[in-house]
Amino acid sequence: MSETRRITLIVNGEHREAETPVRQHLADFLRGTLGLTGTHVGCEHGVCGACTVLVDGHAVRACLMLAVQAAGHEVTTVEGLSLADGTLHPLQQAFCDHHGLQCGFCTPGMLTTLVEFLAEHPAPSEEEVRLAISGNICRCTGYDSIVAAALAAARALRGDAA
Amino acid sequence: MKPAAFRYHAPRTEEEALAILAAVAPEDGRILAGGQSLMPTMAFRMARPAHLVDINGVAAFGLLAAEGGVLRIGPCVRHAMLGAPLVGGPLGALLGTVRRHIAHLPIRTRGTFCGSLAHADPASEWCLVSATLGAEMVLRSVGGTRRVAAAEFFQGIMTTALAADEMLVEARLPLLAEGTRSGFYEFSRRPGDFAQAMAIATFTLDGGVMSAPRLGLGGVEDRPCRLPAAEAMLDGQPPSAALFAAVAAAALPGLVPMTDDPHRLRLAETAIIRALSRAAGLPE
Ligand SMILES: Cc1cc2nc3c(=O)[nH]c(=O)nc-3n(C[C@H](O)[C@H](O)[C@H](O)COP(=O)(O)OP(=O)(O)OC[C@H]3O[C@@H](n4cnc5c(N)ncnc54)[C@H](O)[C@@H]3O)c2cc1C
Ligand code: FES
Ligand code: FES
Repeated sequence: MSETRRITLIVNGEHREAETPVRQHLADFLRGTLGLTGTHVGCEHGVCGACTVLVDGHAVRACLMLAVQAAGHEVTTVEGLSLADGTLHPLQQAFCDHHGLQCGFCTPGMLTTLVEFLAEHPAPSEEEVRLAISGNICRCTGYDSIVAAALAAARALRGDAA
Repeated sequence: MKPAAFRYHAPRTEEEALAILAAVAPEDGRILAGGQSLMPTMAFRMARPAHLVDINGVAAFGLLAAEGGVLRIGPCVRHAMLGAPLVGGPLGALLGTVRRHIAHLPIRTRGTFCGSLAHADPASEWCLVSATLGAEMVLRSVGGTRRVAAAEFFQGIMTTALAADEMLVEARLPLLAEGTRSGFYEFSRRPGDFAQAMAIATFTLDGGVMSAPRLGLGGVEDRPCRLPAAEAMLDGQPPSAALFAAVAAAALPGLVPMTDDPHRLRLAETAIIRALSRAAGLPE
């Protein structure tokens, strides 16, 4: 029998409490235990970026963090990016406008990675955006539309005319 | 859930962490720091530790302070914290440059400096920084503390001076003197990948000539190394493209590469020239 722990944490602004096996990673906890299937699981060893979520505002690989390690912390998943009334985050809106996704498998990780990046780099160059998502693999878009969306979102977040 | 089952321990103090480690080390109990190397290895079941000692809850392990001529780096200092704005001066500038080559943003927010040294991948950037600058490692177990120089700490591919019940409680990087120039160059297949070859050069320029030069090479031999003979060729000389090319060419025959791969040696040669050129402010 695998050891389990009861943990409490904040997920997308809500207080959550649940039992988790200690060997369960945060991505499986979010998807399987809490039913938040927006976070995707690709490689489970840190290279694809699909599982990226924000922990205390910093992008992390949810497959490389144990759920028990998130106890007492604040987690934001892709479900937590839009407003309560359903208004998309400016970055999500830019992904829609610029065809930044096709199948959508990489999208949650792209969005969470870029949310932190744009907060720290409000006026990035195209090259900086490409570096920021260098750890997120997309098999559909060829990246150009994702980069265009990120640059458009940066302009929108700065309040410049799109 | 890919890792094999283990018992999870979350100590709150260093004493508690060392006591648990001493108790579980005989059953392959391991420290869990950033988890950015250990978790993938466990997902592949290449590692199946029976116990994990998670040190992330030990507040004192966040130590990051410039004191007595060294930068003191505790076991929970993340890659992303090394460099500006938390570390200033010429050392902060070098660390900030090197940091960008380690994996990707979401890995740098979790992975730790000390975890990289303990893991001792021959292509680890922080291992190269430590070897080149002559870092001192502070190793501690319930039995006591010892200090080990970088040159003795790294012992081969993923092999260090750490005993199973010992923890790297601090790495001490000598601060670089004001005015020290540094250059770093890395070849990797894609941004964020481990290095195929990389080099660091530091020196000061006094009256147009180089003094106190240090030159280190990583990703080529089974551990990062300093190149003392090359440093001697640089000392007291004015920087020039011709000298840098001669230094790099002279360094190659003494190397013992991990793989019998002439291409890697060519990358090493070019990495050395470019790191030196960057430090000198010469075109690459
Ligand atoms: C996709 C990807 C790309 C990467 N690219 C790079 C790269 O380009 N360059 C690079 O250098 N690294 C890279 N890494 C590895 C990363 O830098 C790790 O953070 C680092 O190697 C280990 O640090 P950690 O804190 O995550 O250690 P962990 O994974 O927690 O631990 C690693 C090992 O060290 C031991 N350990 C950890 N801390 C201590 C301590 N204080 N005392 C004693 N033992 C300890 C653990 O028990 C374990 O055996 C990459 C990782 C991923 C997933
Ligand atoms: S599933 Fe976490 S990085 Fe691929
Ligand atoms: S949209 Fe399909 S993987 Fe990126």
